[in-house]
Amino acid sequence: MIEFLNRLFGREPSSRTAKERLKLVLLSDHLSLAPDVIEALKHDLFEVISRYVEIDAANCDVTFEQREKQVAMMANIPILGMQKRPAPPPVPPASHTNGSSKPARKASANGSGTPRRRRRKAQPQSMPQPQLAQGSPQPT
Amino acid sequence: MINQVVQDEVPVAGDVPRVRGRAIVVTSGKGGVGKTTTTANLGTALAALGASVVLVDADVGLRNLDIVLGLEARVRHHVLDVLEGVVTLDEALVTDKRVPKLRLLAAAQTREKDDVDTAAFRDLIGTLRDRFDYVLIDCPAGIEKGFVNAIAGADEAIVVCTPEVAAVRDADRVVGLLGDDRKVELIVNRLRPALVRKGKMLSVDDVNDILHLPLLGVIADAPDVIVSTNRGQPVALDPASEVGESYRAIARRITGQDSAAPEIPREKTFLGKLFGGRS
Repeated sequence: MIEFLNRLFGREPSSRTAKERLKLVLLSDHLSLAPDVIEALKHDLFEVISRYVEIDAANCDVTFEQREKQVAMMANIPILGMQKRPAPPPVPPASHTNGSSKPARKASANGSGTPRRRRRKAQPQSMPQPQLAQGSPQPT
Repeated sequence: MINQVVQDEVPVAGDVPRVRGRAIVVTSGKGGVGKTTTTANLGTALAALGASVVLVDADVGLRNLDIVLGLEARVRHHVLDVLEGVVTLDEALVTDKRVPKLRLLAAAQTREKDDVDTAAFRDLIGTLRDRFDYVLIDCPAGIEKGFVNAIAGADEAIVVCTPEVAAVRDADRVVGLLGDDRKVELIVNRLRPALVRKGKMLSVDDVNDILHLPLLGVIADAPDVIVSTNRGQPVALDPASEVGESYRAIARRITGQDSAAPEIPREKTFLGKLFGGRS
């Protein structure tokens, strides 16, 4: 009866809240990463992939699962289409600084509502960013 | 130093197991989840099954296992007396007259955990394993020196966890610190089935979805435990107590006499409440 009423009024049982909170805090304990850093990781992951293919940002999902002794990260990233690739794929060091702000905005516009972290206050030295315009996906 | 103490000892009859005994540390990380009560009751239940058992209180400075067992009046010496060669091991061991196969090695009350040398403590546990079937070590709360000492000589661990967020988080931390070389099992303590049904308490499955440990047993939150602790009579000795039976079942699972999956306590019926009370 009580459960029924709670469900009627959309109240989640506190045990479920407890479990969800525990999962999140243990994830951050295990990875030694603060929850907002995990958010930033997800964001960067989407950004990197959207450099190569057009992704369905609104339906992207990254989850972490505790397996026996380690944490597994699972990303579900629907691809809308293969877009024009930048001529040469970015070489690792260049791609590191290549965090163009465009896909960032795109990813954050997917309705999650959480403010994204300030990204790389200090841009590592002036690196040429030739692929920037090319590599960033055009808003669809 | 330990070896010297032990050499001139005559083993007590019945204390000599055929094979080396098992050293199991009872730990939790968080305080107040029932480590000492669990140690006392499992030790009592194991000894009642006929195994020779020694309980070691590793909570130096906050000695409690003796009072939970009801043996506080008979403790003359403690673990540091033995480690420092003041008395022999046999002089420090207290025999439980209710279950004569049970011995207690009390902690020092007026000393600090840092006074205990980890290697010496590990050697002491090794010595006890040569003489007893089971060495149960009551670990202090926390993950500092007392914890390090308590787990040093143990090749198995029982993690006691209550269905609360803080206890689960700390248990998770402790499991990580226990490493991969120990057998680690879980006891969920103080479960309140009625609250679980209402969605107001984490269930055993909820807890173990997070901890992923083999489940050794589940103990309900019952007044019997409080009453028996008040009296210094472990509830495992009470044949009429359901919680006592839960402890006895865990003891049988430890010895291998019972291989069935642990029972999850259920809500008491109205009649059960009416007749099950104890004061």
